[in-house]
Amino acid sequence: MGYLRQVLTICGKDLRSEFRTKEALNASLAFALVILLLFSFAFDPSSEQINEISGGLIWMAFAFAGALILNRSFARELFNDCLDALIYSPVPGSALFLGKALASYVLLLIVELVSFPIFGLFYNVQWARKFGWLLFVLLLASWGLTVVGTMFSALTVNLRLRELMLPMLLYPMMIPALMSAMQLTTVLIAGQDITGDNWIWVRLLIGFDIIFTALAVAFVETVLVG
Amino acid sequence: MSAVDVAGVWKFYGDYPALRDIRFDVHPGQCLALLGRNGAGKTTLLKILAGLSTAQKGDVKVFGRSVRDSAARGSIGVLGHGIGVYDELSAFENLKLFANLYGLADAEGTARAWLKRVTLENVADALVREFSRGMRQRLAVARTFLHEPKLLLLDEPFTSLDDRSIALLQGVMAESLARGATVIMSTHQLREAMELASHVVLLNRGRLSFHGARPDEMLADPTWLYRQYGEG
Repeated sequence: MGYLRQVLTICGKDLRSEFRTKEALNASLAFALVILLLFSFAFDPSSEQINEISGGLIWMAFAFAGALILNRSFARELFNDCLDALIYSPVPGSALFLGKALASYVLLLIVELVSFPIFGLFYNVQWARKFGWLLFVLLLASWGLTVVGTMFSALTVNLRLRELMLPMLLYPMMIPALMSAMQLTTVLIAGQDITGDNWIWVRLLIGFDIIFTALAVAFVETVLVG
Repeated sequence: MSAVDVAGVWKFYGDYPALRDIRFDVHPGQCLALLGRNGAGKTTLLKILAGLSTAQKGDVKVFGRSVRDSAARGSIGVLGHGIGVYDELSAFENLKLFANLYGLADAEGTARAWLKRVTLENVADALVREFSRGMRQRLAVARTFLHEPKLLLLDEPFTSLDDRSIALLQGVMAESLARGATVIMSTHQLREAMELASHVVLLNRGRLSFHGARPDEMLADPTWLYRQYGEG
């Protein structure tokens, strides 16, 4: 069986399971919307301030809501010892990791794409003026969040306090990617192009994704088996 | 070439040595009963053989390869304490998933054939979470055997099985042995084990107390080995 097919088989299995139960998707979506709703009470939707903090607001919501999806990534394998069944199958640890990361990525993107129009509504923001670039930033930053989160999900899967440990490990590690995503999203929601100094944030996001994907693929076998 | 070669394996949990310098080999076609009291190290050893855990010292080879080698893992079937199937997938989806992961050419056909074999063909599309315990166990047996493994690692396979599942498991194990597969099973149910076992390993507090062909005395008295070499 080809490596890519193994990755897609694991991804398809995770998505099928999730769409059947909708446990992580519903919880994550509800959480993102509640955060956006609560923050909308704190800021005046007509103020200029919204444009300045829009990137930070939306990515805080995505980071918190994303943790719920990422927590479930490996935790869903604990029931019936399914993780063991995957580890002793001939699927390489890296294919298992990438399959699970891809499934979480799809779920996270669904939450983000549903949240953006609601964000626009709550905060009276024309968020889609640079939709192509915004989607590009969303894809890059979400992959970074997913790849680090899935790795920590594997690392914390056997801990009793994994729901607490995952965010504690994930958010400090995500600071460079979240800073880039917040900065770029603020610029794009304001309707500006990515120019000059802002390219450094795009390069930082790309570099973050490449480095952490390579590290995760290299070390996931050790994390899973010891 | 040995089917399994265990060479000086040590495993520690903290400071406690769960396995101490375990050495034995298993030749293709043998059925090895892994015996020992609770806490003797049977499950730890089986986890190392299955590639779920690593030995701190020593080495394990399966058909001459490292257990973490994909080709070696493709030739192993494991039935552990958990059933290893997904509650939110149907019986058919579960078997098709594992048939795909083991790279079988006709994953759907194999899944259907095994559902029939374990008499779950009428509930093929029902979700596993709706299954009774016995049905789940039969599905786990199908998941373990569907890729015709050359090496079977069974951790207390008869524990809490109903009569139907025991008969099914004994049947597929006998078939596997007949086609030349190697079986290593840990068990406390000595009578069932002695019917199939050609060789025995006895562990005592992480140490190898006995390894060899099954003594004939064990057929009449399965606890004979414990009295001779174990804790009595």
